[in-house]
Amino acid sequence: MKNVGTCFLFRYFLYLCIAFIYIMYMKKYILDLRITAVEQLSERYLLLVATNPDAALPEMKPGQFAQLRIDDSKETFLRRPISLHFVDRQRNEVGFLVQKAGPGTASLWEKRPGSTLNAVLPLGNGFTMPASPEQKFLLVGGGVGVAPLLFLGAEMKRMGARPTFLLGSRSKSDLLRLDVYRGCGDVYVTTEDGSEGEKGFVTQHSILRNEKFDRIAVCGPKPMMMAMASYAKSVGTPCEVSLENTMACGLGACLCCVEDTAEGNVCVCKEGPVFDIKKLKWQI
Amino acid sequence: MADLRVNIAGLQLANPVLTASGTFGYGIEYQDFVDLSQLGGIIVKGTTLRPREGNPYPRMAETAQGMLNCVGLQNKGVDYFCTHIYPQIKDIRTNMIVNVSGSSPEDYAECAARINELDCIPAIELNISCPNVKHGGMAFGTTTEGAASVVKAVRKAYTKTLIVKLSPNVTSIADIALAVQDAGADAVSLINTLMGMAIDVEKRKRILSIGTGGLSGPCIKPVALRMVYQVAHAVQIPVIGLGGISCAKDALEFLIAGASAIEIGTANFLDPTISVKVARGIDEYLERHGFSSLKEIIGTCE
Repeated sequence: MKNVGTCFLFRYFLYLCIAFIYIMYMKKYILDLRITAVEQLSERYLLLVATNPDAALPEMKPGQFAQLRIDDSKETFLRRPISLHFVDRQRNEVGFLVQKAGPGTASLWEKRPGSTLNAVLPLGNGFTMPASPEQKFLLVGGGVGVAPLLFLGAEMKRMGARPTFLLGSRSKSDLLRLDVYRGCGDVYVTTEDGSEGEKGFVTQHSILRNEKFDRIAVCGPKPMMMAMASYAKSVGTPCEVSLENTMACGLGACLCCVEDTAEGNVCVCKEGPVFDIKKLKWQI
Repeated sequence: MADLRVNIAGLQLANPVLTASGTFGYGIEYQDFVDLSQLGGIIVKGTTLRPREGNPYPRMAETAQGMLNCVGLQNKGVDYFCTHIYPQIKDIRTNMIVNVSGSSPEDYAECAARINELDCIPAIELNISCPNVKHGGMAFGTTTEGAASVVKAVRKAYTKTLIVKLSPNVTSIADIALAVQDAGADAVSLINTLMGMAIDVEKRKRILSIGTGGLSGPCIKPVALRMVYQVAHAVQIPVIGLGGISCAKDALEFLIAGASAIEIGTANFLDPTISVKVARGIDEYLERHGFSSLKEIIGTCE
């Protein structure tokens, strides 16, 4: 009898697993989005807002990204992975914060309202969300790495949580859309030249000494993410970082964007871009 | 609709469009975008007898009309393939072909023998042309003796359709093709990537972790087309053409040059739906020119 019971339980467990996997699996799409707004935030940063003219945008999670097709670029060939900056379900819009990093991203500067933006999305996993609204999350961004944290913060706000942002840049002019971030939570700032907020790097900000968080999410240049990961490890706070290894397919097929992890080389585009720092082999 | 069916040494394809190894994962990665049953076949990732971690990052460098890669055959080995991946792909309703690589003729033969046992894998593509591994790979594909030795060993162990993928990094690809034909290959596919390099001028350093990599994409198409033409005129076995094919017109060039089927590789990264679009485009071309069957145009280049 005992065997029959165990067998039944096991089968029930299997069904639950299958249902869970089905819910977690997010279908990917290739869409011709239409640009609805273009805003040049600074010399190096551009905000592109796009809608899906044919249907509702697919389900997307904070931390996921899109592979944007680059048209009319003589020097580049591949798509560019750009994180989801925000998703406005009411307006059926998705926003991308783009840094002019090279000729590929620079060609996105040519987009105008009404232009087509071909995107493959949503790709990758995404950040861990709070288990309850009471949990205190610190979202740390540097440079263009602040982009996915807005979507993350907005989703937290939607569930009743209040995230804390810690955003860093070279100087005041590179701090992007601070008011929008302030609409989702508390915002603290560092600049390298001291032109806004505390002078220095995000890892030197006083809030790290004065407050304790349940979890830290980081996106930015690798040295900054490593420093934050090191801090999180030293204070014993769970921490996730979003990597941006150079990629080709974005679907886990070409194995170009691998990161060396506890499980060997894994694709950042598929198993990431968000990783728990415990999984990475960083020397921190 | 024209008759797009083609037979590659006993392997029946619904249409001549296959997806190239290493660019389409195990097919599963693309099933949100493509009805996989609309393809002639899928050639899955390079599989080796033992697991391989591949080369360190960075493995990719973009070029103006293509890309370099030095992935280095990262895969979990043939046993993992048989127990974990095969069950997931065996019901996909197209020809699932496994690309097999190794570091000795015995390795290749052992790996091929394991795959021979899998009912739903009707063919293998023998990779004697990977430029990104130190031992084996391209080392076998650049001499007639080396190529023949691997094909002979595998032929003894493998009973189904045996396709051999050739390296373009040779003086005479037609000679290699003839050698593998004589050693028992059922078909050849060409070309694998061309060996290349990229340098970061700011750091004055080679970009790829192992220094060199294989070039793919539209930039290699004219080279590939010339080689397919030469090989198709040299051998009696069917030829599968690949190298920079990004649209139906490209595919038609290869078919007219003498390829019985084609593979789409790097173009899958730019448009994950390109493979089925190419199949449709070939059909439209045949209709437009009044051909009732694909066979009427293969190798018809004047």
